[in-house]
Amino acid sequence: MRLPCDSSKFIAEAVKNIPPSGIRRFFDLVSGLEDIISLGVGEPDFVTPWHIREMCIHSLEKGQTSYTSNYGLPELREELTRTYYKRYGLDYDPASEILITSGVSEALDIAIRAIVNPGDEVIVVQPSYVAYVPSVILAGGRPVIVRTYMDDDFSLTAEALKPAITNKTKAIILNFPNNPTGAIMTQEGLEDVADLVVDNNLFVISDEVYECLTYEGNHVPVSSLEGMKDRTVMLNGLSKSHAMTGFRLGFAMGSSEIIRSMMMIHQYCMLCAPITAQVGAIEALRNGKEEMERMVREYDRRRHFIVMGFNSIGLKCLKPKGAFYAFPYMGDTGLSSSEFAERLLDKKKVVTIPGDVFGEAGEGFLRCAYAASMDDLKKAIERMGDFVDGLKK
Amino acid sequence: MEEQIRHILEILENDARASPEEIAALIDMSAEEVYQTIAKLEETGVIRHYKTIVNWDIVGENYVYAVIELKVTLERSQGYQAIAERIYKFPEVRSVRLLSGDYDISLTIRGKSMKDVAFFVAEKIATLDQVKSTSTHFVLKTYKENGVILHEPEAIKRLPVSF
Repeated sequence: MRLPCDSSKFIAEAVKNIPPSGIRRFFDLVSGLEDIISLGVGEPDFVTPWHIREMCIHSLEKGQTSYTSNYGLPELREELTRTYYKRYGLDYDPASEILITSGVSEALDIAIRAIVNPGDEVIVVQPSYVAYVPSVILAGGRPVIVRTYMDDDFSLTAEALKPAITNKTKAIILNFPNNPTGAIMTQEGLEDVADLVVDNNLFVISDEVYECLTYEGNHVPVSSLEGMKDRTVMLNGLSKSHAMTGFRLGFAMGSSEIIRSMMMIHQYCMLCAPITAQVGAIEALRNGKEEMERMVREYDRRRHFIVMGFNSIGLKCLKPKGAFYAFPYMGDTGLSSSEFAERLLDKKKVVTIPGDVFGEAGEGFLRCAYAASMDDLKKAIERMGDFVDGLKK
Repeated sequence: MEEQIRHILEILENDARASPEEIAALIDMSAEEVYQTIAKLEETGVIRHYKTIVNWDIVGENYVYAVIELKVTLERSQGYQAIAERIYKFPEVRSVRLLSGDYDISLTIRGKSMKDVAFFVAEKIATLDQVKSTSTHFVLKTYKENGVILHEPEAIKRLPVSF
């Protein structure tokens, strides 16, 4: 008779070492509850514009269901070249400097794997999106955390970055406009960071997926700064700008070296991004500007509303300049972020994400997505106001 | 166009009942400034009218709608404007449009019954000197009216928590 086995014995150390995500538990708490209002989402509440969906349907009807080039459809890469030239004067060669991926998530993973040797340090700026630290760990690298502060509008400063750089530092991951803080970087702030990056010969992985959701000032791609194009791989996608999260469509733009190296991994783990999503992306880039701008204006109005709302109920909240998250401070209540979020869910059925999910630097804050209907936002602010009042008694 | 004005017009186009206070909560303006701006937009004719889209079927008021195509002959002294003016003064006429193509003018008529509409067209429209011919198309079902879908399917649910 064959002996039973304990399958946990087979799991790789690197996977076991991924820190447990507090959010799993939170997810379980939420599921099954009725009448909840969720500010806990990381995606638009709009459906993908119809002209994009319609183009995808048409391509399926035609039978466009094959693999594409590992790099992605040439028309899509050409469209991206045109788009970024028009927006910023950036000039990426569609044949060698652009890779289409299955979402920014894949692009992030393969960008890190393409550059990190075991033991290399990669600087992660927090609070930030949850995937950066685990992706570095899985690639055998060592994440080094640099914080941003509310006093700096959650922008990264050269002063905060400098002490984290060692002779083992290989790269830095930037994410502006930022999830969860909504912070952006000004041209000057980014130039200071770029000086440090060049002085220390670092590489930049820049996740700019919220690029188009910039409400005040202009988005500045890291690669648009002088001398930074070949030192930076820009990761981007249409999930947020064109409400296409479920399509899983992202792209990476950088030097032909980095893009070819990423493609070496991509060809084996993914082969190519889904063709239907690529067709949709071409349509979005060609004809999607007006719908995108309409959605951005709608977010802008909700942003105004929710920030005023939080400040009026006594939760100090900066006006985020990008993305679709507000990041109110609740540290004065005496509760931790998780306690606050869990009790709020329990008592008022409002879902928010505790800030510490995005790194220790997020403790004392909540991430509240305003990619929700105005009705829900109104109710959420009301319920949260009641909840905060209740805490004072 | 100024960004704030675009915001105000978009909000009102979506919800004509939005009050200055509600609008002020969404943009960088005080309620008083919003009020003044709307007054100016009304005065200058940018905002023409505030309307409610009613689904009369549900309350049992079964209006009949028809689209009428008209071919007209122009007289020396009178252009399309004069014909349109004659026609749009009838309250039964909901819209009047001058079109390019096979016919000249398209009307939407609302009546209580098919007979009602047919008689109206026969008596009031077809008898006008300039009208050469009419072609009446009764509306069987309206799916979308002024940008509003009347029978929208249920929305797809998102995950309540994601990053």
